Amino acid sequence: MSSRDTILNAVRANRPAPVDLPDVPLFGEGRDDDLLGRFFTAFKLMGGTVLELGDGDPVAPLRARLGSAGVVVSRVPEIAGTRDLDLTLPPSSLADVDIAIVRAAFGVAETGSIALSERELGVNTLAYLAQHLIVLLDPADIVINLHHAYRRPEFARSRYLVFHTGPSATADIEGVLIHGAQGVRSLSILPLPRE
Amino acid sequence: MNETPHSPGEARPRAAREAQPKGAADPGKGRVDHAEAAKRFIAAPEHLKFHDERLWDIRMKRDRQMHAIPEWEELRRLASAIKDHTLSHLDTYLEQFEAAAKANGVHVHWAKDGAEHNAIVLGLLRDHGAKTLIKSKSMLTEECGMRQALVEAGIEITETDLGERIQQLDAEAPSHIVMPAVHKLRRDVSDVFARTLGTEQGNDDIHYLAESQRMTTRPLILEADAGMTGGNFIIAETGAVVVCTNEGNADLSANTPKLHIVSVGIEKLLPRTSDLGVFIRLLSRSALGSPITQYTSHFRSPRAGAEMHIVLVDNGRSTRLGMPEFWTSLKCIRCGACMNTCPVYRRSGGLSYGFTYAGPIGLVIDPTFDKHKFSSLPFASTLNGSCTNVCPVKINLHEQIYAWRAVMAENHELPFAKKTAMAAAGALLASPRLFRAAIATADQALLSLPRFAQYNALNAWGKGRENPRGAGQTFHAWWAKNRAGKAKAAAPGKQPS
Ligand code: SF4
Repeated sequence: MSSRDTILNAVRANRPAPVDLPDVPLFGEGRDDDLLGRFFTAFKLMGGTVLELGDGDPVAPLRARLGSAGVVVSRVPEIAGTRDLDLTLPPSSLADVDIAIVRAAFGVAETGSIALSERELGVNTLAYLAQHLIVLLDPADIVINLHHAYRRPEFARSRYLVFHTGPSATADIEGVLIHGAQGVRSLSILPLPRE
Repeated sequence: MNETPHSPGEARPRAAREAQPKGAADPGKGRVDHAEAAKRFIAAPEHLKFHDERLWDIRMKRDRQMHAIPEWEELRRLASAIKDHTLSHLDTYLEQFEAAAKANGVHVHWAKDGAEHNAIVLGLLRDHGAKTLIKSKSMLTEECGMRQALVEAGIEITETDLGERIQQLDAEAPSHIVMPAVHKLRRDVSDVFARTLGTEQGNDDIHYLAESQRMTTRPLILEADAGMTGGNFIIAETGAVVVCTNEGNADLSANTPKLHIVSVGIEKLLPRTSDLGVFIRLLSRSALGSPITQYTSHFRSPRAGAEMHIVLVDNGRSTRLGMPEFWTSLKCIRCGACMNTCPVYRRSGGLSYGFTYAGPIGLVIDPTFDKHKFSSLPFASTLNGSCTNVCPVKINLHEQIYAWRAVMAENHELPFAKKTAMAAAGALLASPRLFRAAIATADQALLSLPRFAQYNALNAWGKGRENPRGAGQTFHAWWAKNRAGKAKAAAPGKQPS
């Protein structure tokens, strides 16, 4: 008998008496106001950086950041990078990227998370190999909490979908928090509506 | 840093420094002597103090997160019920998951035990001509002894989680399922990195150490032939694998090489994507006291030009499912909260348990792997019930620990030295009042440790084990909250009377 059948037979023989599957509420009542404010509060707690929209030129704070940067890959029409993302190169080729700029699929207010999939990233490693990640988030794309987030259609259609909540972090040595463990050293968000 | 006067260039006198206590000795065919290893841990006061306080601090952070979520108890009830449901229909959900994963272009493999798991992984690596493997933290691969098996077969493995990397370089097992190197002080890490990565001898600046790991690991990530992750949850409805990390190392391990292998236990299933809302909200709050991990990653289908393989591992789980008293331990989401809250774990260190799973959950599942080898573990508990109170999926841990003691007694596996512990437990359980107070209660997890359960003369664990510093904090907190107010109004069920 195959291992598959051995395991399934053993599970079938040993499974406990059936228990019903409960419905999961959305727990959203009373929490649907000021989603952007809730989002930013949570996001900052997780080590994220909030960028303010510039007067007149909303992406002005980005331009300021890019001035001194090396390789910049932009996946958004609002601002240009210094290099186009070549989808035919291996994922490891992005190791020299200094700043990556992408747009979030959506955000989650309760946790301060943003969602990214291969659609937004082009190459998934962009969000980890870059030293810094800047994300544009449309305030209209923020949902209340994870229950709402998991109802989004992106989960069924994305091959890869990830919530980022702050930059890469570790506290594995004596509990001291370090940003930039293996992934990006900083994660910044600009609350810019979609074009 | 202690500034001991010594001339520049002169090595600090090593003998003055407390060495990191090592774990339980390999018992061969015998039984793991937890008490002996714990004694050595307690004899290292600096390590003990740090460990005890660090884990207690995380427990307090968890409590603060819990209080910020009004529906916390409902989430626990839901999580528990969803897991009960899934495990009681595990065969059909496994079939559904397999079909969904295959439809996504993912290859699904089944492993009866650790040896078969390791053979499948090695086979996949060989098929792809892969000699180097980067991986994120996985307790399952530890459980299966995969690293040793693959290294013997000539595979070069790099752990990419900082804590796990430290443990790999020190040739030591992880001591905590969430924080593998939590038993080490910065200077221990500095010594390991100086010896293995060539960092500056004596430099124990934490930023420097973490950065050194980042810089030395990245080239290995970029050049690896294959990547491996575990899975915190797998979803029957979509075939997706969900991985939670803080470092982003799982995303690099999965997204950089052309081959992504997932090792996951068959009990990690959830029926629907929407169930994740419950579990992700509970997991990191319970584990680390943070609202969510920095990265929550959903791998459903391989990216263009890459391959994704999932190895579904049984390794005793289907048997455990048939154990009436112990099957609910399969609901565990490996958050580590029961370990952080356990006074015995905090004061003995994870390595003293002699297996991948330490603390209360270890006491319950380790004996299912080897009843004789781990027969002393169910006695490494005060039965205070704190583990049960914090468990996000409501596993009745302390009751299962007690049930294992009975099994061990029946099997004449009662370690002689533990007869006192047994008597203490007997006395505790024979007194309904004491017992009610001890297991208390209140699913609210507000209990600090009642002193009587910790240091009662009847309790072998308290004897000779009082730790003035760490315990003092806990005890005073408890005293202030409960005992001091006793004269005024007794809060029913929250204090020993
Ligand atoms: S038994 Fe419960 S508390 Fe302990 S690790 Fe598992 S889920 Fe967490």
